[in-house]
Amino acid sequence: MANMHRFANPARFVRIATALMPWLLGAMVIFFGAGLYMGLLASPPDYQQGDSVRIMYVHVPAATLASGVYAFMAIASAVALIWRHPLADIAAKSAAPIGAVFTVIALVTGALWGQPTWGTWWVWDARLTSVLIMLFLYLGYMGLWEAFDDDRRAAKAAGILALVGAVNLPIIKFSVEWWNTLHQPASILRAGGPTIHPDLLTPLGLMWGGFLCFFAVVLIVRMRREIVARRIQALQTLYVADDGHAAAEA
Amino acid sequence: MTPYTPDGPHDPSGIHNAMDAVEEFLRMGGYAAYVWPAFGVTAVLLVGLFSWSRISLKAAQRTLDLLQSTRRARRRDLDTATRDSDG
Repeated sequence: MANMHRFANPARFVRIATALMPWLLGAMVIFFGAGLYMGLLASPPDYQQGDSVRIMYVHVPAATLASGVYAFMAIASAVALIWRHPLADIAAKSAAPIGAVFTVIALVTGALWGQPTWGTWWVWDARLTSVLIMLFLYLGYMGLWEAFDDDRRAAKAAGILALVGAVNLPIIKFSVEWWNTLHQPASILRAGGPTIHPDLLTPLGLMWGGFLCFFAVVLIVRMRREIVARRIQALQTLYVADDGHAAAEA
Repeated sequence: MTPYTPDGPHDPSGIHNAMDAVEEFLRMGGYAAYVWPAFGVTAVLLVGLFSWSRISLKAAQRTLDLLQSTRRARRRDLDTATRDSDG
């Protein structure tokens, strides 16, 4: 009977999430469509970077959201550890692969931008290194979930890793100020406002919206899958109980 | 490239201008080798993650449906069996 309460909330989440899905998918398609049109076709090249600036339209959203998703994961882990809300560690677990993919995109597109601009694919400066560390944290977090048979112990271990690793987030953000980095300093979220021309900010914002909707869509799909997987586990436990009853009555 | 005749460029339909424009677009000002792989890797990873997640969900739902229908059938059999044995 205690199991029923655990699943009452997830059922409502699944209902609301499923209703939201078409809207999120539609918004994602519109954001990406408009963003790609503007970013690739209807915006000017940079006077210094030429057309390589267009890489920024995937690099910047992926990079900022990679950190954003990690923050989401850390907060969800904290909620799971403190209040034991059943959906919280499901949310954290579901978000991790999305954040990891965003981080990989950021690193790869960054390297592709860096080679023609800086003359190097990689440099061990504070920004790039701390983002690479965040990728390792994501992979470690995902690995911990797989390392335990008991979901509750896995959630606890992974949650603690997520929280400890969160110290990396301000390091990533302020790395370009605190250290002498090859990666350029902040050009959007900075005192004094953005230094990027509106012609470039608009496609950037649209692509950012697309990535954000992508995160929401895939998060919902993965959370639903996780909820179904736990239902399967619960049923398999009851199966064993059924067999026990049958044996007792035979 | 637009064909030239002794009288000048010959492109009545404008198709050569259009093809030049496409070529310009694909060239990305000389940065094609960097720009297109960047967008390509992004697309592959995003589509891949989305597809994998959806396939995973559908597979889990199939397993759940199977388990639930099998369990219902087994419970019916159990109830029938115990009823019969009680006479």
